[in-house]
Amino acid sequence: MGLLTNLRDSISRVTDGLFAADEPKRIGIYGPPNAGKTTLANRIARDWTGDAVGPESHIPHETRRARRKENVEIERNGRKVTIDIVDTPGVTTKVDYKEFLDHDMEKDDAVRRSREATEGVAEAMHWLREDVDGVIYVLDSTTDPFTQVNTMLIGIIESQDLPALILANKTDLPGSDVQQIANAFPQHETIPLSALEGDNMDEVYTKIAEYFG
Amino acid sequence: MPGPKANVDAADDPDDGDDGVRIDMISGARMEGLTTMEKIRLILDGVRDGNIVILEEGLSPDEESRLIEVTMTEISPDDFTGIEIETYPKAEAGDQSFLDKLMGRESTQKLTVIGPANRIETLHKDENLISTLVSRK
Repeated sequence: MGLLTNLRDSISRVTDGLFAADEPKRIGIYGPPNAGKTTLANRIARDWTGDAVGPESHIPHETRRARRKENVEIERNGRKVTIDIVDTPGVTTKVDYKEFLDHDMEKDDAVRRSREATEGVAEAMHWLREDVDGVIYVLDSTTDPFTQVNTMLIGIIESQDLPALILANKTDLPGSDVQQIANAFPQHETIPLSALEGDNMDEVYTKIAEYFG
Repeated sequence: MPGPKANVDAADDPDDGDDGVRIDMISGARMEGLTTMEKIRLILDGVRDGNIVILEEGLSPDEESRLIEVTMTEISPDDFTGIEIETYPKAEAGDQSFLDKLMGRESTQKLTVIGPANRIETLHKDENLISTLVSRK
C-alpha cells in the first residue's frame, strides 16, 4: 500500500512538474512612475505578438490598472520562454491630485485619476506579494535611483525570492547614468536600454530568457 | 490587551492647538508582539494626525508592502495625500548570521522615519545620512 502511494505521489510530482514547465510565468514589470514600464511592455508585446499592452504617456500614473498580455513567446538562442507580461502602475507612497492639475486637467478628472492611481498601486502591491513569478524592475536612468520606493520594492522582491532583472531605461536621453543604478543595486545585474528607441533589446530578451526561462 | 495606539492623552498632547511638530519615537520593544495590521495602524494613525513617526527597528519587507497598500486605500483628496517614508538603504545581507538566513529570519533593524507626505520632504539621502525637512501644519 505504502509503495503504491509513494509511486502515485512520484508520478503526480513528475506530471505536475511537466505541466508547470509549460505554464507561462507571470512577469511583473515594476518601478516608480514614469520609468517607462508601459513603453517596455508595449515594446516586448509588439516585438513578439504584434499587439500593444496599453497607452503610454508622460503624465504620471497613466497606467492605473495592472494589465496583462498573455502567452508572449520569446525565442533566444534556440530556447523558448513563454511569459505573461503584467504591466503595473508606478509604485509610490503618495498621490496628490493637485499634481495632475499641472497637466491641463480639470479638478474632477484629476481627483478621479488620483483615486484610480491609488487603487492601482494597492493592486500592484498585492500582485507582487501573491501573483507574480518574476520581476522586471524598470528605472529611469536619468534620475536618482536612491529613492525610498526603489529601496523598499527591491527589498520586497528579494524577500520573496523572486528572480529580478533590473533595467536602466531611457539611455537615449542626455544625463542617462546607468552606472549610478548599478551602484545602487550591486547585488543585481543592471541592463541598459531605451525601450522607446528599441536600443539593446537583444540583450534584454536574452536576459529575460535566462532569468525567467 | 492594550491597543497599539501611541498617542498620549489629549490633555497632554503638545501638538493640540499649536503649530509645533510632534515626533513619536517608537521603540522596537513597543512594536514587538504587534501584528502587521496593528503596526500599520499605529503608524498611519500617528501620521494622519500630522505626526512624524520614527521606528527604532523599522518594518519587514512584507510589512512595508502592506503599509504601502493600506496607505493607498486611505488617500483622499484634500485630506490625506499619503506618506513619506525613509530608511537607510538595506544593509548587506552579511549582517545576518548563517542561522538567521537558514531559518528565513530577516533582519529588519533599520531606523525608519515616516510622516505625512505634505509635511516631510527628503533633502538628501545616502547610505549613512538621511536629511529631511519637516514643515509645520
